[in-house]
Amino acid sequence: MTPAPSPLPLPPLLAFEDVAKSFTLHLRGGAVLPVIAGATLAVHPGECVVLGGASGAGKSSLLKMAYGNYRCAAGAIRVRDGARTVDLATAAPREILGLRRTTLAYVSQFLRVIPRVGARAVVEAAGLDGGLAPAAARTRAAELLARLNLPERLWALPPATFSGGEQQRVNIARGLIADRPILLMDEPTASLDARNRAVVVDLIAEKRAAGTAILGIFHDADVREAVATRIVDVSAFRGALAA
Amino acid sequence: MEPLLTVDGLTKRYGRRLACDSIGFTLDPGEVLAVVGESGSGKSTLLSLIAGEVAADAGSVAYRMRDGATRDLDTLSVVERRALMRTDWGFVRQDATQGLRMAVSAGGNVGERLMGVGDRHYGRIRATALDWLARVEIAPDRIDDPPTRFSGGMRQRLQIARNLVTAPRLVLMDEPTSGLDVSVQARLLDMIRGLVAELGLAVIIVTHDLAVARLLSHRVLVMRAGRVIETGLTDQVLDDPQAAYTQLLVSSVLAA
Repeated sequence: MTPAPSPLPLPPLLAFEDVAKSFTLHLRGGAVLPVIAGATLAVHPGECVVLGGASGAGKSSLLKMAYGNYRCAAGAIRVRDGARTVDLATAAPREILGLRRTTLAYVSQFLRVIPRVGARAVVEAAGLDGGLAPAAARTRAAELLARLNLPERLWALPPATFSGGEQQRVNIARGLIADRPILLMDEPTASLDARNRAVVVDLIAEKRAAGTAILGIFHDADVREAVATRIVDVSAFRGALAA
Repeated sequence: MEPLLTVDGLTKRYGRRLACDSIGFTLDPGEVLAVVGESGSGKSTLLSLIAGEVAADAGSVAYRMRDGATRDLDTLSVVERRALMRTDWGFVRQDATQGLRMAVSAGGNVGERLMGVGDRHYGRIRATALDWLARVEIAPDRIDDPPTRFSGGMRQRLQIARNLVTAPRLVLMDEPTSGLDVSVQARLLDMIRGLVAELGLAVIIVTHDLAVARLLSHRVLVMRAGRVIETGLTDQVLDDPQAAYTQLLVSSVLAA
């Protein structure tokens, strides 16, 4: 009897290849601040890769580059979008916007509040942007906010006056409502209590089960242990800088 | 996809001063482009050049008309150009007195654009005007008041209704929110944001306010002394500015 062939590994959805990032501070006499060099890592469907390393090691910068928020100084960031692969380092603005609609989701640390728009509408709008039908966006927004224990009396209110934890839960719902193949998370649980941290852990597990590739930063050790399939120490990407 | 608008090499000199130096970009349907910079950067001149209100010294503006044909706007007759401006284009100005007819009622301001596209049915025009006033949150009982009796924020909302009533595909906006109280600004910005998304408008918005650019635009063009200093995805330009001048602009904003 021949052993069953091991399944072919799925190609990564997101891959950093020798990525470098530095900031040129023109207001400080053109000083160059190197952050990352030689960053190479891949995230496959169903994986949750957690970025580790001390504060200032460049974890957030990597996430922001993966969302096209920061430019790369060198290297490539390949995003699989259906049958094709796009390099974010060289993609035109319109291509990046297109990927954000279809492929890339991002949960930032803080919610950027839009005046006058209620919490549920904020989440719903993200669903519509991500291609959900209006009715589905409305239902899912309510489901997510309920799961994240945001009191229903707050749903119609603009989140500007919410507490940090409440805003963060709106932000998580916003990032998770549409099903995008790649999910980037920057400290999504930083200001949540234990009960809501557990909800986020569950939501992440569901996304993984659905084949989402997740790259994230989780400061809280319990959450990190619960969600990570692999931890990548970002300090390793600074070796080249020290030389 | 062919762009809706193609601006190429637009240049304007006032005496020895270069107000716009060879500006070029394209705009797709539904895309919002913010032009940011300080006073005197040439950003408002750029808008006037695109609208054909100021003659360019060099360069061209091409637009994909409703029939699908792309035309160089210089080749349009005066009549064609005027027709384009009052149907398929809108222009929301910083100074509402330049964008509205101040002696005409609110309903008349909205209805005028409809009559410009050939509607002559009074009842229908009034009904449409009422509908648009409601969409910009102006109470129906104000329809017969002239904008001279409106607050600054209401005047800007009326300008928006007047411009959008003919279902334009491209709207130019010159500092639409500056000079307004912040709460009024927030309301107007939110309204613009909603309408732009709902109607799929292409917009070029000139603003000195980076927060306005961030809230509304997909792409941004940073101008200084008539030149484009930096351009790209809005959050990339604002979060990771490359040019010295953009870094100065971004770092000069007071966080609330």
